[in-house]
Amino acid sequence: MPAVQETVARVRSIDVDQYKYGFVTEIESDRADKGLSEDTVRFISAKKGEPEWMLEWRLDAYRRWRTMAEPKWARVDYPAIPYEELYYYSAPKGSSGPKTLADVDPELLRTYAKLGIPLQEQEILAGVEQRRVAVDAVFDSVSVATTFKEELGRAGVIFCPISEALRDHPELVRKYLGTVVPATDNFFATLNAAVFSDGSFVYVPKGVRCPMELSTYFRINERNTGQFERTLIIADEGSYVSYLEGCTAPMRDENQLHAAVVELVALDDAEIKYSTVQNWYPGDAEGKGGIYNFVTKRGDCRGRNAKISWTQVETGSAITWKYPSCILRGDNSRGEFYSIAISNGRQQVDSGTKMIHLGKNTSSKIISKGISAGRSQNTYRGLVSAHRKATNARNFTNCDSLLIGDKCGAHTVPYLEAKTSTAVFEHEATTSKISDDQMFYCQQRGLSSEEAVALIVNGFVKDVLQQLPMEFAVEAQKLISISLEGSVG
Amino acid sequence: MEPDVKMLLSIKNLHASIEDKPILRGLDLDVKAGEVHAIMGPNGSGKSTLSYVLAGKSDYDVTEGSATLDGADLFAMEPDARAAAGLFLAFQYPLEIPGVATMTFLKTALNAQRRARGEAELPTPQFIKLVREKADGLGISTDMLKRGLNVGFSGGEKKRNEVLQMALLEPKLCVLDETDSGLDIDALKIVAEGVNALRAKDRGFVVITHYQRLLDHIVPDVVHVMAKGRIVRTGGKELAHELEARGYADYVEEAA
Repeated sequence: MPAVQETVARVRSIDVDQYKYGFVTEIESDRADKGLSEDTVRFISAKKGEPEWMLEWRLDAYRRWRTMAEPKWARVDYPAIPYEELYYYSAPKGSSGPKTLADVDPELLRTYAKLGIPLQEQEILAGVEQRRVAVDAVFDSVSVATTFKEELGRAGVIFCPISEALRDHPELVRKYLGTVVPATDNFFATLNAAVFSDGSFVYVPKGVRCPMELSTYFRINERNTGQFERTLIIADEGSYVSYLEGCTAPMRDENQLHAAVVELVALDDAEIKYSTVQNWYPGDAEGKGGIYNFVTKRGDCRGRNAKISWTQVETGSAITWKYPSCILRGDNSRGEFYSIAISNGRQQVDSGTKMIHLGKNTSSKIISKGISAGRSQNTYRGLVSAHRKATNARNFTNCDSLLIGDKCGAHTVPYLEAKTSTAVFEHEATTSKISDDQMFYCQQRGLSSEEAVALIVNGFVKDVLQQLPMEFAVEAQKLISISLEGSVG
Repeated sequence: MEPDVKMLLSIKNLHASIEDKPILRGLDLDVKAGEVHAIMGPNGSGKSTLSYVLAGKSDYDVTEGSATLDGADLFAMEPDARAAAGLFLAFQYPLEIPGVATMTFLKTALNAQRRARGEAELPTPQFIKLVREKADGLGISTDMLKRGLNVGFSGGEKKRNEVLQMALLEPKLCVLDETDSGLDIDALKIVAEGVNALRAKDRGFVVITHYQRLLDHIVPDVVHVMAKGRIVRTGGKELAHELEARGYADYVEEAA
């Protein structure tokens, strides 16, 4: 309840068409030359001091990418991306190595403070024990600080920039990197394999319940920079980890490319909960500027009784192209996908999930809430498939769309494939509009039209918000309201 | 009536239409603070339209005339501003808002109005205590307050919920639109008691109803008969009984 109040207050305090996170930080940066070539790949690999096998892996991906074509099947429309005009590596100057907080540029820390990230380790305040969150902050292409590293280390949890993991734990990275999303997977994932610059690495050892939420904060700052982070999370047998990523970018007239890859591996009896609050700059009301978000996220329930759960709140980006998926390989494994995708202005969203049932008695659940406003287009695209050997596969899909106004579109494209007669797939879908009568009812009780929309939408997405870790649910609720401002009246 | 009692609602020569079809055609009505006015009339006489026009539903166009609440021009205000100024409409068909707990809705509404009036928001513990008090009197359970607003509520529960909102928001003028429709006698009594408990010398009521039945429980000071978009007759509470006995046929003829 207080969150709704905050939401409402927040909506009031911000003008329409004003992206809160749209500031630029003035920091000198160290960039690779414009454009993409084998030299760019070598430059990035050398900057990171990577082992030879990693460079080869990148170069293979690069050569493969040169032969690939951009996928065109999604319901999104955008001008050709000038790959040769982009910068593929940008680092704040002097931060090419691992850092302690004391070494981080104070300007950068101020940026993160503006973003509200608890980068400085929180103390237990006067009798109020706060839940703590370990944060890895990625600025353009490099991780600048990882908090709580020591405390996590005592539990045996590794949480560090992936570039650091390549140096300190090469055997672990090599064992798992590219095993969920192969370097050849798709155009954008292959591009990422070639030029990824940083991202987070998490390893939770056998039987360990990670003592705190892990979080990565991504921010694109440099002009004309692509951000290609790569995240790899491994939950060993019987372990548990909850991970959250948040994203922002400054307002730029040009479009910026973001092509990330996230790989999750859950072994026997392990559980990974991965949450995303994505708030990249969506472009202005006329569709100028904004992030092109082409992301490949996939989790592999590699062991028996493994569980992977994706929760996403997508409010930003000019174009969103992402399908966080689960491969249910282990018997009795379970995959979940909870999504809130909001589009306003000229935003285009094509997002959903894939639940690939391979093991016996595997189950999956999909709850998708799409909200379209303004002149946006919002597509849910989801695949549920059961392999011949996936006996007793179960899926439940609930896919609801809410339309605000009459110039936007909502589309649902479900694909169902069952190769075993024992599979039971259920699919429910609804499309509704916020009715004038509902609006009038709320207004008659004293809510402004924006407060009314925020309230109705928060009710619509409640099932998904409940899946988010508490402190992020409040943030997400605010974000939802902010991203819908100007959608009525 | 004492001459110094303040005029709460004053409607003069009100004309309103929906999609260019005139519904209200020169309606006059004055309600003083402390009074309960009943508006009765046949279906299609414009009773519900009157309530919507006062509350500011955008489907209706006011083509002529004026309405003031406590001296303030109602038609110059957005619906939420009218609510904050003290106008409350108890809906004939309260709307459902899935996923929004009734308690959340109540708090959002109350604080929105308080903010609009420049008052401080009510702290949560005080708010909860206040709601519990008012809800108990109306037989509204904690469980109902946790459920989505009006979702799966019975007809009686929805109407009790309207009265709860009215009690909580403490409006100056309450307009009840066919509050008795769909209620059995027990539910009707609970709702009427809730309304009677809100009668106060600084508050006015406009009770719109088709049947005299409700007026046995909410006893009006003044009864108006409405037909073809106008008030065609005004009398005391006995007028309601007369209508019950004779029907509306005479008035429909007269107004035509």
